[in-house]
Amino acid sequence: MIEAKNVSKWFDGQRILYDINATFETGKTNLIIGQSGSGKTVFMKCLIGLLTPEEGEILYDGRKIRNMNNEERRQLRTEIGMLFQGSALFDNETVLGNVMFPLTMFSSLSKEEQLERAHFCIKRVGLENADKKYPSEISGGMQKRVAIARAIALNPKYLFCDEPNSGLDPKTSILIDELLSDITHEYGMTTVINTHDMNSVLGIGEKIIFINKGHCDWIGNDKNIFRAKSQSLNDFVFASKLFQEVKLVLEREVESEK
Amino acid sequence: MIKSIKNFGKYCLFLVQVFKRPDKWRVFFKSLIFEIDKLGVDSIPLVLIISLFIGAVICIQMTINIVSPLIPSYSTGLATREILLLEFSSTMMCLILAGKVGSNIASEIGTMRVTEQIDAMDIMGVNSANYIVLPKIIGFVLFVPVLCVLSMFFGLIGGWFIAEFTTMISVENYNYGLQSFFNEWYVWYGIIKTVVFAFIITSVAAFCGYYVKGGALEVGKASTNAVVSSSILILLADVILTKLLLQ
Repeated sequence: MIEAKNVSKWFDGQRILYDINATFETGKTNLIIGQSGSGKTVFMKCLIGLLTPEEGEILYDGRKIRNMNNEERRQLRTEIGMLFQGSALFDNETVLGNVMFPLTMFSSLSKEEQLERAHFCIKRVGLENADKKYPSEISGGMQKRVAIARAIALNPKYLFCDEPNSGLDPKTSILIDELLSDITHEYGMTTVINTHDMNSVLGIGEKIIFINKGHCDWIGNDKNIFRAKSQSLNDFVFASKLFQEVKLVLEREVESEK
Repeated sequence: MIKSIKNFGKYCLFLVQVFKRPDKWRVFFKSLIFEIDKLGVDSIPLVLIISLFIGAVICIQMTINIVSPLIPSYSTGLATREILLLEFSSTMMCLILAGKVGSNIASEIGTMRVTEQIDAMDIMGVNSANYIVLPKIIGFVLFVPVLCVLSMFFGLIGGWFIAEFTTMISVENYNYGLQSFFNEWYVWYGIIKTVVFAFIITSVAAFCGYYVKGGALEVGKASTNAVVSSSILILLADVILTKLLLQ
């Protein structure tokens, strides 16, 4: 479990995050949602430790990041897997090389065992025929899957995903969402996904944290997001024409229930 | 001024990160061989071509401009040798390499930064500065003496071609000039300078690339900054080293 307690962040005197309190539960897909520029990426970077919040604490299973020395931080990082918005694959390595990278750097496995683990991860994301290809030779969706394979290579306890569906078509987005949800439950990881894709919210939003202008405005799940009272959340959720139609249907249902 | 001091401090802290013990020696040595090949061996053709032509040009210039009954005819070979050994094969060659190697390093690392590859390494717990930059610095510093000696040799060959294939100076006079008043220390002086310059080129370029913020435009700017900064620092270091080593 990851906890954020009263997290605040400033950049050049401008406050970006305001006392955010949130808990990310183990074995669940925890989503951080919000408009572009709302501060969700900054919040995620604070969670990972890439940025240090000026106020507040981040705790990984009770361990405060702020109190950790370099060695403890290094150890924590080996427990974290990260999927970046642009995949962040190493251009000069093949798919297999990318997945092998964390294993080569941190595992005590033999070369054969490392290869076996890498092939297992590649197979798990359904790319067994692409292991010799370079990132530039595969599609965006495949790159995301390679990044997932690399992220899970060391069996991490925590998985972070920054907008995993950006730039992908709806069908591939659903595949990526399902894959993330499956591996979260399979390995009992604490998965934190940063997104503004409503399909992801409804598909895998076991816990949802809504960030608006640096404030945590609402916490819930995919079951109760349509019934939320938060105006800013409703503005965000029902922004698209499709969801405006959904809203009308819901309102009609409520009226008929009355 | 304050910005420059801040940048210098940042550069020193960056070097502290770079010169830490590699996480895995096997991975480091693999990267080292790769960088020696990419930064050093791949620069050989450029060094050979430029040295050959500049050696020839120096020989022609010396022959044309040193015309006096008081100056012996073998001075052309002597002057060509001294110019190549003292300045061209170390300073000028490194200024040229700052363009090739420096921009290559800055743009490569800058691209890794803007595509979040460096962030990915940091999150995995890899010391990215050490992993990416150390093999480049060590690789180029180790190989640059070879480039320097090759440049000296091929520069002298370039001058010899002028003596052999033109009537400007005889081969005998040129060869005699090359062998006259030879001071072995000048070769070491050139090599020591290139090692220092190689360190400046690789570390400054890596620093410029590592701290890029933004996108493709900033990567281009970082690449330009790397070449300009390392060129100025090379010239500054040249003055200091010349004073220290030749006086």
